Amino acid sequence: MSEQYLRETPFHDRIAAVASAQSWERWQGHITAVTLGGMDREYFAIRNSASVYDVSPLIKYRITGADAARFVDRLITRDVARCAIGQAYYTPWCDDDGKVIEDGTLFRLGKADFLLNAALHNLHWLRDTAYGFDVTIEDVSAEIAGLSVQGPLAQTVLIAMGIGGLERLAHMRLAETRLDDRPMRVSRTGFTGDLGYELWIRPGDASWLWDRLMAAGALYNVLPIGSAALNHARIEAGFILVNVDFISATYALRPSQKRSPYELGLGWAVNLKKDGYFIGKRALLAERKAATPRRALVGLEIDGRKPAVDAFIYAGKREVGRTTSAIWSPTLKKNIAIASIAGDQALPGTELGIEIWHPKELKIERSMVGCRVVHRPFYDPPRKKA
Amino acid sequence: MQRYDAVIVGAGHNGLVTAAYLAKAGKKVMVLERRHLIGGAAVSEQLYPGFTYSSCSYVCSLLRPEIMRDLDLPRHGLQVNPYETSSCPTHHGEPLVMYHDADRNRRSMSRHSARDAEAYDCYSLEIRRQCRFIKPLLMMTPPDPTSFKWGDIEGLLRLGRTFGQMGERQMYDILRFWTMSIADFLDEYFESEIVKALSAGSSIIGTALGPRSPGSAYVLLHHYMGEVDGEIGAWGFARGGMGSVSKAIAGAAREAGAEIRTEAEVTAVIVKGGKAVGVALADGEEVYGTAIVSNLDPKRTFLKILPRQHLPEEVYEQAERFKIRGSSGKLNIALDALPQFKGLPYDAHCGAIEIGDSLDYLERAFDDYKYGQWSRRPFLDIVIPSTVDPTMAPPGKHYMSVFVQYVPYKLADGPWTDEKRQAFGDTVIDTISEYCPNFRDLILHCQVRTPWDLENEVGLTEGNIFHGELTLDQLMFNRPFPGAAQYRTPVRNFYMCGSGTHPGGGVMGAPGANAAREILKDFKGRVLS
Repeated sequence: MSEQYLRETPFHDRIAAVASAQSWERWQGHITAVTLGGMDREYFAIRNSASVYDVSPLIKYRITGADAARFVDRLITRDVARCAIGQAYYTPWCDDDGKVIEDGTLFRLGKADFLLNAALHNLHWLRDTAYGFDVTIEDVSAEIAGLSVQGPLAQTVLIAMGIGGLERLAHMRLAETRLDDRPMRVSRTGFTGDLGYELWIRPGDASWLWDRLMAAGALYNVLPIGSAALNHARIEAGFILVNVDFISATYALRPSQKRSPYELGLGWAVNLKKDGYFIGKRALLAERKAATPRRALVGLEIDGRKPAVDAFIYAGKREVGRTTSAIWSPTLKKNIAIASIAGDQALPGTELGIEIWHPKELKIERSMVGCRVVHRPFYDPPRKKA
Repeated sequence: MQRYDAVIVGAGHNGLVTAAYLAKAGKKVMVLERRHLIGGAAVSEQLYPGFTYSSCSYVCSLLRPEIMRDLDLPRHGLQVNPYETSSCPTHHGEPLVMYHDADRNRRSMSRHSARDAEAYDCYSLEIRRQCRFIKPLLMMTPPDPTSFKWGDIEGLLRLGRTFGQMGERQMYDILRFWTMSIADFLDEYFESEIVKALSAGSSIIGTALGPRSPGSAYVLLHHYMGEVDGEIGAWGFARGGMGSVSKAIAGAAREAGAEIRTEAEVTAVIVKGGKAVGVALADGEEVYGTAIVSNLDPKRTFLKILPRQHLPEEVYEQAERFKIRGSSGKLNIALDALPQFKGLPYDAHCGAIEIGDSLDYLERAFDDYKYGQWSRRPFLDIVIPSTVDPTMAPPGKHYMSVFVQYVPYKLADGPWTDEKRQAFGDTVIDTISEYCPNFRDLILHCQVRTPWDLENEVGLTEGNIFHGELTLDQLMFNRPFPGAAQYRTPVRNFYMCGSGTHPGGGVMGAPGANAAREILKDFKGRVLS
């Protein structure tokens, strides 16, 4: 038998058993589900009850050693000194030109112990930039399996499952716990913009966790979901995706396609005042002094209901940008998109035109409709942080 | 004394839609509701601890997306969760389950008939073609072909243009579809009785027609022209019950400045000099306004709150003749656990379950009704919203809504009594128990509502859920009747915005939005002053 191209995640057996739709895709060398039994139902589980999504393929780097905090502070744009032990930080990290390599979540596990969750491989960049620091950087992706439980009933279900102390776990915080005498890390994080948690375990415990969760969730309509439903939720939540909404500085062939945090709407996550140098600081300081960023990644609300996938955006006759992610939002009943547009058009409330091409019975129809720049996230329920 | 630009009688969902649009246009609006809660027939009620009932209307599809967006209803709490199956248990072999997923559906249907499984695609396409023609009509004022006003001519031209685009055969089909019986229509596509029965359910819900009555095909269309997120014909559960539809609309109306008063029963419209100027409340209070808008059905509007002396005799007679025959009942049941219907997979319990496995079954149910009896074996449209919406019942327990067809408003053997209501409820529960043997043991609480109850509690004349029969003689420029079909009435400054106006009921909101548009037009044209 020839070697399989793709790896199976620790949850694969359990997921395959319920994946009636047999709709699969690749995610960082793993085989993962697009949908298990129907995208609509899975989407509504995120917003109405509780959803379960396998996040094991995420790339995880453990950063330890005497200089770990100093190193991470140099790596990311946010101030590590303010990140408490047991806290999770969403942060971008840049190259020397202040262009975003990636955005991800940093877990502070100890004073000198971090876990960086990334979508792309970064080991070369991390090891290169760690030169001179007393740190150890390991790719621990295969040692940690992850399951994301998201939705209004996420907390109820996990409490029913027997995980203690969840009521007190604040948004973007971590807890180390045990269940059935097995270690488990719980983070109140997620990619849906809803109330949600991610459970991190040893891969060997995957089937045990899955079964425990499904048993506890049976009364609460807990539903395993695929990436299609998640993508809908993440767009509503205004979360951006590397190599979808922007090109990683590492992967951009053309320098003009690289983006700074300011150009991605991540200015809030850049701390120019923190002590010492961090990678990209000089370039970002210079950019901050300039009047408006060259480009902006904004939220758009679009008239009509044709999803504005790969649509061009106009200010009068001038083409000013393109959508990068676009959906009809079933929760908001609005046509929304994330779009990369010229910096001078990015003020919320700016009215623009958008050209949508949509297929209709082997015809392609063009419609030119209005749209306006709005704040992201599009959807931000109070329960997310409550 | 307070004076409003518009006083709306009745806080049903349409009255609230009208209020919201008028308030958003800057008008000073007062909505007066007789009951202690708003929403009319779109309400959520807690009648048993821990359970929320959608006590009248129970599913959502027709509510126009334009309205959801204009009024930003999701921000005011509206969430519609679609369901994906409909099924029909039977004593004759396997149940029929229809699924959202096309492949799964074909596989399931072909257990009954391979031919029908394929014909279903053609059938759905035809329904979608028909819906394409109707949909643009929903949010417009029906043009009157006898009028020579520019607006009417323009509307007719627009209709003509869509009609003209359709090709000869389809034009014929439209006319056939609007007049034929659903049984005849289904015979053209399907051979399997159970397939026909499951499809025919939507054509009899809420009407006093049987599946073999001419005009029933249109009623099916009426139930299919809705959507959930662009999925035509899809239905969903409003999270928190149908009351959250009304609550969201009321939220939008209040945000725009409208006032809504409950326990304020309007007993009469005050007419001075041939012009409606206000309303009198049961407690003697009077509320004055420029436009007086009735959300009540045409019978209650013209025969109850409008003093007869202000109404031309012909209009009075038209209102008297208006067909508004109640034919539906409702059971709201709190269950200790999820019932298991004979042969149905778990998924099927999360969608619509229809009892009635042949056209004969449905027609016989109608036969009983015709002569003033409730169906001895009724057609039931059952949903268990708590399988999808966790807010409706405690974990592990379930709320079941049972819509019952047919049950008369007037019984042949005299008025409704408590004993008869009980007997009617027993008939329904016995029918369910045929397919679900331990059903009775699961019941924690059960509310039984007859058409008489619907009239007396909710204010639907004869308990008709659509504010009047949806037959061609009462549709479009004939709804509710000629001369009153454009939301205006023969009394100046007196308008209608309920489901008795075009395009009809089903928690669509379109009558309310259309009425608001016409009222604003009259404000602008200084017709209203």
